[in-house]
Amino acid sequence: MEDENVTIYIMGKRYEVPTSLTIMKAMEHAGYRLVRGCGCRGGFCGACGTVYRTKDDYKLKVGLACQTVVEDGMHLTQIPFYPANKAEYDIEELDANIAAVLKQYPEVARCVSCNTCTKICPQDIQVMDYVQAALRGDIAKAADISFDCLMCGLCASRCPAEIVQYYVGVLCRRLYARDIAPRAQHLADRVAEVESGKFDEEIAALMGAGEKDLRKRYNERDIEPK
Amino acid sequence: MYTEAMRQSIKILEGTRAFRKTQELGLMSPDEKAQLLRDHHPDYKGEQQRELRVGPSRGDRAPHEIADLIEARSLVDPEDFDLSRIDHDVDVLVVGGGGAGGAAALLARESGASVLLATKLRFGDANTMMAQGGIQAADKSHDSPSIHYLDVIGGGGFHNDPALVRALVIDAPKVIGWLEEMGVMFDKEPDGTMVTIHGGGTSRKRMHSARDYSGGDIMKVIRDEVLNQDIEVIEFSPVVELLTDGKGRCTGAILYNMETQEYSIVRAKATVIATGGAGRLHVQGFPTTNHYGATADGLVLAYRAGCELAFMDTIQYHPTGAAYPEQIVGQLVTEKVRGLGAQLVNGEGNRFVYELETRDAESAAIIRECTERNLGVVTPSGMRGVWLDSPLIEEIHGSGTIQRLLPAMYRQYERFEIDMTADPILVYPTQHYQNGGIVIDDQGASQIEGLYVAGEVAGGVHGRNRLMGNSLLDIVVFGRRAGAAAALRAKETVPGELGLDHVRRYHEELEKNGVETTRRAPMLLPDYRPDELKSHLITIGS
Ligand SMILES: Cc1cc2nc3c(=O)[nH]c(=O)nc-3n(C[C@H](O)[C@H](O)[C@H](O)COP(=O)(O)OP(=O)(O)OC[C@H]3O[C@@H](n4cnc5c(N)ncnc54)[C@H](O)[C@@H]3O)c2cc1C
Ligand code: FES
Repeated sequence: MEDENVTIYIMGKRYEVPTSLTIMKAMEHAGYRLVRGCGCRGGFCGACGTVYRTKDDYKLKVGLACQTVVEDGMHLTQIPFYPANKAEYDIEELDANIAAVLKQYPEVARCVSCNTCTKICPQDIQVMDYVQAALRGDIAKAADISFDCLMCGLCASRCPAEIVQYYVGVLCRRLYARDIAPRAQHLADRVAEVESGKFDEEIAALMGAGEKDLRKRYNERDIEPK
Repeated sequence: MYTEAMRQSIKILEGTRAFRKTQELGLMSPDEKAQLLRDHHPDYKGEQQRELRVGPSRGDRAPHEIADLIEARSLVDPEDFDLSRIDHDVDVLVVGGGGAGGAAALLARESGASVLLATKLRFGDANTMMAQGGIQAADKSHDSPSIHYLDVIGGGGFHNDPALVRALVIDAPKVIGWLEEMGVMFDKEPDGTMVTIHGGGTSRKRMHSARDYSGGDIMKVIRDEVLNQDIEVIEFSPVVELLTDGKGRCTGAILYNMETQEYSIVRAKATVIATGGAGRLHVQGFPTTNHYGATADGLVLAYRAGCELAFMDTIQYHPTGAAYPEQIVGQLVTEKVRGLGAQLVNGEGNRFVYELETRDAESAAIIRECTERNLGVVTPSGMRGVWLDSPLIEEIHGSGTIQRLLPAMYRQYERFEIDMTADPILVYPTQHYQNGGIVIDDQGASQIEGLYVAGEVAGGVHGRNRLMGNSLLDIVVFGRRAGAAAALRAKETVPGELGLDHVRRYHEELEKNGVETTRRAPMLLPDYRPDELKSHLITIGS
């Protein structure tokens, strides 16, 4: 099955590549040494946004080059960068509400609910829903829905209202985690204990212990049940 | 998307699931484990490593792939290089835009330094972005930094630097608090209690997570904060050489704009190297989980400038890399899958190792199953692997658990028409983490004045084997420490002379020790173009 080839068109130029390859590996096979458009190679960083059309289909499709397999007759180009203005803010001065979002990104109010962003998202995130949630001041929901966002920028590339959705998402997540999610009390308590020097002696003893002693303690340590 | 033969094998696995579900398997004895590692762990294949012939760690062993880069010449010619135009004059230069670099930049800036962060790809295109499983910290009442200490040092084979382990475990709660305060969405109970689970080698449930994009969320928050601060960030501009003064102190670096090919000179009172790991060297031909830029650059640069390396003969192979489908071979199947109860099962439907052994032991056990015992499952491309019985997770914790707690994993497989809630997935070890690295002290200072090091590129914190969740912790703890220490040094020093004497000396040493080579390093990026294509290139200009 490895032997078969498909024909693809990279920025209009024709190449024969093995069928089983991802777009990213197909570009390398064709001879591209990627500098832009290639980050994690595993679907986590959003560096490799790609738009393409397939044979006999008018639809413009998108995908991550590292996660999408080539098809015969595919026409493609990468969009590794799309201009977007990130607001600079002092997160400590913002509250988790609609005012904070609109102050940083007033264009959010221009959303026309066309859903193009959702349709284009390679992560299948309900992008429009989180933009709308932010616009209603439901920061928790915006944070929740946008969580899997890789910030590849494809949504912003197609938005008729010129919103930069992924920056709105990260702002909402930070606001949610800081202001809405309850803080971990046990964490604060532990930090105070550490600062009071509670563990210093124990650790000093471990640091001074010989390997034999450490091994014994390690092998005999009790393990919290699953 | 499984082949018929693989389907047959899945049937066998399903047949033993009910029995396995209640089957108790214990940890190996220390002797059993030692034997297993000696016989089957890739680090123990002597012919795959060699002694370094030059530099401060001369005589130490390293895999050929790393030794090749160390025994190589600089990308710049010290005899003919114009250093007269200073393009950037800063207090602190941070090299590398991952988690360690981002944390260092924030702390250096907070301490009042002017900061430039230069990175090779985009800011955040880094191993940090890919970490799914979580980050350790002993912040529950039945846990403590000392228990954490014992886990770390035992996991590392008792070779870890005690001062570094102390820093790691003692800073851990504070660091989680710092991330919480900045807005990382940790998984929590409704009352705010952190949800924590086990990881390989932990004796307490102390693995914190942000769904299964733990490193991703941390990276995105740190990046957002760096961009909010007055910190200059330059992307696609790796450091290709450090600069030193007449006394061997680090005084800056040379950046290389990968798009225009122009170089620029940075003068810095302190430099922090945070360039991450080495997965893209594909040691012994293993696939890797690492990002495109994990090519050991910082290691090579610091070594040339005179820093010792520790534990370069040990590489961490993640036991569960994807072995099928072909398109994602080598990519990580997070340890959390095992943490949640998925079992490793061979071609006969039997378990062969307890799932929460340390990674080195898990990897060796899987390799043994697929080689010596010949009980692996063969893929159409001829690769071997063992099953990871993921549907068990749904049986144990209820249906919907995988999509809720492992959305990234689920999506990864769904893209290739494999439903991991219904079918198991096939795994084999993959090159994952650089256990060793540049020697540092507990403030992140290297052995060279003016040069600080943090994150995966450093060595000593984890001894010979890192436990999951301690690396995300390490990069924030030591990123912060190195950033603060670098800023402090900047306050106390004036800008130094810029020179390349260390490169000249290194080249002489190569020649003196009979290393005749045209290899040049750092590598910057791997080259995945086919060989027959590379033999048909025309290079324009000189
Ligand atoms: C798939 C995966 C899953 C993981 N899961 C976990 C987990 O669950 N828990 C855990 O604790 N750890 C985990 N790890 C390990 C952990 O994520 C990494 O060890 C850690 O994030 C490394 O951080 P870093 O900042 O040192 O390096 P990185 O995050 O890799 O950042 C290094 C940066 O330096 C840049 N760079 C490289 N060379 C140069 C140069 N010459 N000049 C300028 N810049 C350069 C790189 O491009 C990159 O941006 C995982 C790793 C991977 C790959
Ligand atoms: S390269 Fe990171 S998502 Fe594709």
